[in-house]
This record gives sequence, structure tokens and C-alpha cells, in this order.
Amino acid sequence: MTAKTLDLPKKSWLGLPALAIGLIFVALVTVYGWLFLHAESEMEVLALLVAAAIGVVAGTRSGATRNVSVAMNQHSGIMNAAIIGGVLVVIGLLSQEHFSLLMLTSVLLYLTAALGLNVQFGYTGMVNFAGAAFFGIGAYTAAVMTMHTGVPPLLILLCGGVAAALIGFVLVLPVVRTRGHYSAVVTIAFAVLFKTFLEVNDVLGGPQGLTVGSMSILGWDFNSSPTLFGVEMSFYVNYALLGTVLAAVAFMFTRRLERSWLGLTLDSVRLDETASACFGIGVTRAKILAFTFGNVLAGTAGALYGMMISFIAPTSFTFSDSLLLVAIVLLGGMGNPWGTAVAAAIVVVLPEKLQIIQEYRFLLFSVLVIVMLLFRPDGLLPRQIRTYIPGWRKQP
Amino acid sequence: MDIGLLGQYLANGIMLGTMYALVAVGFTLFFGVLDVIKFSHGDVLMLGAFTGFTVYLGMAGIGIENPWVLVVFVTLSAVIGTAFIGAVIARYLVLPLKSAPPLNILLITLMLGTAIREAVRLFFPDGSNPKPFPSLLPSSSVELGNFSLRADSAILVGVGLAVIVGLHLLINRTRLGLAIRAVAQDEETAKTMGINYTMIVLVTFAIGSGAAAFAGTMNGLYYNEINFGMGLLLGLIGFSAAIIGGLGNLYGAILGGFLFAGLQTVGAVALPFASAYKDVFAFAVVIALMAWKPTGLIAERTSDRV
Repeated sequence: MTAKTLDLPKKSWLGLPALAIGLIFVALVTVYGWLFLHAESEMEVLALLVAAAIGVVAGTRSGATRNVSVAMNQHSGIMNAAIIGGVLVVIGLLSQEHFSLLMLTSVLLYLTAALGLNVQFGYTGMVNFAGAAFFGIGAYTAAVMTMHTGVPPLLILLCGGVAAALIGFVLVLPVVRTRGHYSAVVTIAFAVLFKTFLEVNDVLGGPQGLTVGSMSILGWDFNSSPTLFGVEMSFYVNYALLGTVLAAVAFMFTRRLERSWLGLTLDSVRLDETASACFGIGVTRAKILAFTFGNVLAGTAGALYGMMISFIAPTSFTFSDSLLLVAIVLLGGMGNPWGTAVAAAIVVVLPEKLQIIQEYRFLLFSVLVIVMLLFRPDGLLPRQIRTYIPGWRKQP
Repeated sequence: MDIGLLGQYLANGIMLGTMYALVAVGFTLFFGVLDVIKFSHGDVLMLGAFTGFTVYLGMAGIGIENPWVLVVFVTLSAVIGTAFIGAVIARYLVLPLKSAPPLNILLITLMLGTAIREAVRLFFPDGSNPKPFPSLLPSSSVELGNFSLRADSAILVGVGLAVIVGLHLLINRTRLGLAIRAVAQDEETAKTMGINYTMIVLVTFAIGSGAAAFAGTMNGLYYNEINFGMGLLLGLIGFSAAIIGGLGNLYGAILGGFLFAGLQTVGAVALPFASAYKDVFAFAVVIALMAWKPTGLIAERTSDRV
């Protein structure tokens, strides 16, 4: 891809090309992620948090952050590969620690679900407060299918997504017809309904929940520990790797969707429904597409999540969990998948790591979100204004 | 099913409906003056119930025994204290955010609700366990066949309905109500007519929060138990009620509240499946209603301006 003159910073940092800075940045984040997931004492966690704050300030001041975003824009292929490589390195380094890997995989799966929500309200402007319900539909589908059918588990992942989409179709009519707060109440009602239904219903285990069978691909059971060079690793390595694949695929789909004419349609529906309709854009069709796409991602992620934790109960899919997903998207910056990734990591890992304030973590977390929204309402990484076709100004 | 049992369910439904309507009125008032949804409303209600409970403990501690004195003071202090808290939230959290995207306000107030809930759980003595709310009203009952009308529920429903009528009169018959309606209709014009905008907004939030605190106390007196999580579901139901009625409309909120209570009662009694499904049924009907009437039963009068 050719360089966009508009985006180039006036001076490159330390005279290095943007790509080099980008790669250094990915390496630093990888090491940081490893240290953070590995950290056990409270002092380590706090020191790492302070280090992150200093790093962000230093990066912004010295202009390195801009170089990183230039690298992301111009060399997206290499950078994406580097980031996936970074995640794999972290998995490798943590390969014997159950809990750290469980957290890492949870981050990846929450990221997948949150990307779906991102398409729904970051791009299309449809609120969905039932994210955890669609996540739960995926998980329950996985539970029923692994226990009662012989369908290959990899296919069950897809079935989780399809089930979420099908149940989502029931909501399509009210969601598409309503706007704003009215649309919010439809999804909120569904989230409450879903959880209550699971609790009172006997077929799906009631409040006790269900056991979920494990994932297996080509006869390789994911609940057995892989051994590499004579070292036995945690069985979560399997799930972490598959989670990485899932998140990467979801990420790719989201980015492609955003850059395509479909993404353009979604953006225009968000910005002005009436004007879009006047220009011949099928508003209803765009909304149905975004809603279904998001639900499929949430359902698929939920199916793998259920298989990973191998036991699911209605309390894992409450309205508060839906709020957590919404908070991830808003904190990251609506419509920016990278922001969603950063926010997913913060929202999932931070409360687990701050055991010292275990009792107070929900209080602190809610206060943190309030402060964040008051002083930086666009989120951590606000979405940039889209270029119609990336790089098109350079064409003669 | 005999007629006595039916009466029992009817009485219960009216009780619930009054409570829901009081919560929904708050949502609709806030939306009227500021066009925002304050989702912490349910937790403000819970705070009201806990304020009342604390006052009760204090008064019982200094030896006041008369239940009538207790119930009046408990209710009044809950309503006034919560009204004040509501105004403070409006002044420092909602007013500064007036022009923020609606989703952000929704999330901030939701998080505020979580913060209130957690604060009560952590800082109220033994706050994570349910508290036994005293039954201060006489519990004697009138028996009519199978139907027993308990005096306390009759009093609660009576006072609750009186509060709703009072709110209606306040909004539609007084100068304050006129000012509130003016602000709701057009903020700019109201300001130029010499209405103290900030003041009216704060008063509206105080009224709404006071109504919620009344509902919270009512809930406590009726079920004799309060806990830190009671506000979440009541808030959600109140919000749904305000929405199915049509936001910004007082009658819509009342209608919605009673409709929701009716749905729950029907779900528990008249339908073939187990009564545990009553919430599932009620929320499913809410979703269906939204599909049929996308802007509520009593629709807001709006038009698209391009």
C-alpha cells in the first residue's frame, strides 16, 4: 500500500522507520502482557500498572504512539502477524500456568463477543444489552450438543453461532422497528428473560447448570495436556490457541466488513437513518445484517467458552455480564476494534489481578468507568474518521 | 378457581402495580425534563429503603415504640433523604452530561447504580445479607370467604394510589408542575420565560427519587425484607413499564406499571405453565408490545427533522 502523506508524522521517532517502532511496540506489549499475567504479588501488579501509565504518557509525548498508528495503517499485514505472534509467544511462556491461560483465553473470547457488539452499536448504532444472553445461547447449545449428539465439536462452535443468530431473529422485528431507549428496553427485557428462563426451566439444568463436553479436533481431546519436548503443558494451551484463532478470524471479519461497502452502509445508517433511506440504503437490511453478525460472533465465542470452563450455569450470563460487554466496547472507543481488544484485556484481567481489593473491585471498577466516561467519553482509542477507500487520495 | 382466590391475586396485582407505577413515574419525569434515562433509579430506590431502615433502627434504639409514629417518620425520612440524594446525583452527574451521547449516560448511570449497590453491600453493617424490615402496619385481616384482605396491604395500596394521584395533581395543577411541563416541552423557551431551569431539573429529580423511595419503603413494609440487590429488578421493571407506556408521559408510566403487574399476575395464575415463568412471560409480552408499538402505548409526539 502506498504511503498517505496526510498521516505521516513530521518527525519520525529516533530516526527509525515507523514499522520498526511498531514492531518494538508489539514486542514491549508482549513482554508486558506476559509479566502482567504472570505477576502474583500485589506490588508487582501495582508496579506494572504504574509502568503502563508512564509508558502511555512517554509514548504520547515523544510521538512514538503516532508512529505506531502509522505502522498499523501502512503495514497492517506485518503488524497483525506480529501481534498474533506476540499472543502465541505469551501462550508459550505461560504454558504451564492454568489460571493465567484461563484469563488469557477469556480475554480472547470476550474480545470476540465484544467485536460482535462493536459491529452492532459501534458501526450501526443499535444498542444491545443482551450480549451475555447470546454468549449464553452459544454456551448452552454447546452443552446440549456435546452431551446428546455426536456432532464434531468444531462444528458445534458454528452451531452455537447459528443458534444465537436464530434466536436473535425473534428479536429482529422489535429491534429494527424501535430506536434509542425503546430499542434498549427490548434487549434488556430479553437479557432478563433469558436468565430467568434458564433458572426456572428443568430441561436445561435450572439454577445448577449443565456440564459441557470438551473440545476436540480430529480426535485430539482438548482436555488432555499436550507434551512438547518432554515438557507437559497446561490443557488450557489448547483452548488458548483455538481462542486466538477464533479472535483473529472474528477480527479479520470485522475489519473486512468495516472496510467494505457494507461497512459504509452501516456507518451511514448510524449517522443518519432518514438520510440513508433517502439515498436508497436499505436501513432494515443493514440493521438485520449487523444484528445477526454480532450475535453469531457472541454465540460462537460462548460455545468455546462453555467447552473451556466445562460447566455453565445461568449466573454466568446475567444482565451484569451484558453490561460488562457493553463497557468493553465503550471503554475501548466505539467502532475501533483495537480499542475493543485493549479494553477487553483491561476489563477481564484487572479485577482478577487486584485481589488485594477483592471485596471492593466491583465498586472501584464502576467508579473507574464513570470517571473514564466523564473525562474521556470517546474511549481509550477513539475511532478515526474513515477514509472512503483507504489510500485513494494517492491515485492519479 | 374460586372468586376469593381471584380477589387475592387482584389485590396482589394492584399492590405490585402501584409500586411499579411509582418507579416508572420517576423514569418518565427524568426523561421529560432532561431527555435522559437515569438507570441508577432502582438502586436509589434501594437506598431509600435502607435509609428508612436505618431511621427505624435509630428510633427503636431511643425507645420509640408507637408503630404509627415510626411508620410516618420512617417513610418521610426515606422519601426526603432519597429526594436529596436524587437531586445531588442530578446536579453533579446527570446535568453535566446532558449533551453526551445517550448510550454514555445510560452506561454512567448503570455504573452509578452498581457503585451504590456495592457501597451498600460493603459499608452497611452486614450489608450483604438481607435485612428484616419491620412490619409496622397492623396485620389484622378481613376474611371474605377465601379472600383475606390484610389491613397493611390495604393501607399501602391506598397511600400509594394517593401518592400517584398527588403526583398527577402536582404536575398538572400547580405552578411548579407547569414549570416542569414547560421545561419538558422546550428547554430554551422555558428559560427565556424566566423559569429557573437548573432548579426545576433538580426538583424534578428530587420528586422522582422521592417517589422511588416511597416504593422502596412500601416494598420493605410489604415483604418485610430488604436487600442490597432489590433495586436492580425493580429498576428494570420500572424502566420497562415507563417504556411500554411511552416515555415522557405520566399516564403512560402509570399504565405501564399496572400493565406489567397485570402481566406478572396473569403469568402466575392463568397460564398453563408453572408460576415461576411469570417474569419470562411478562418480559416476552413487553418485547412483543415493543414490536407492535415501537414508541410505547401512548406515543411521544415527535417528527423527524432532517
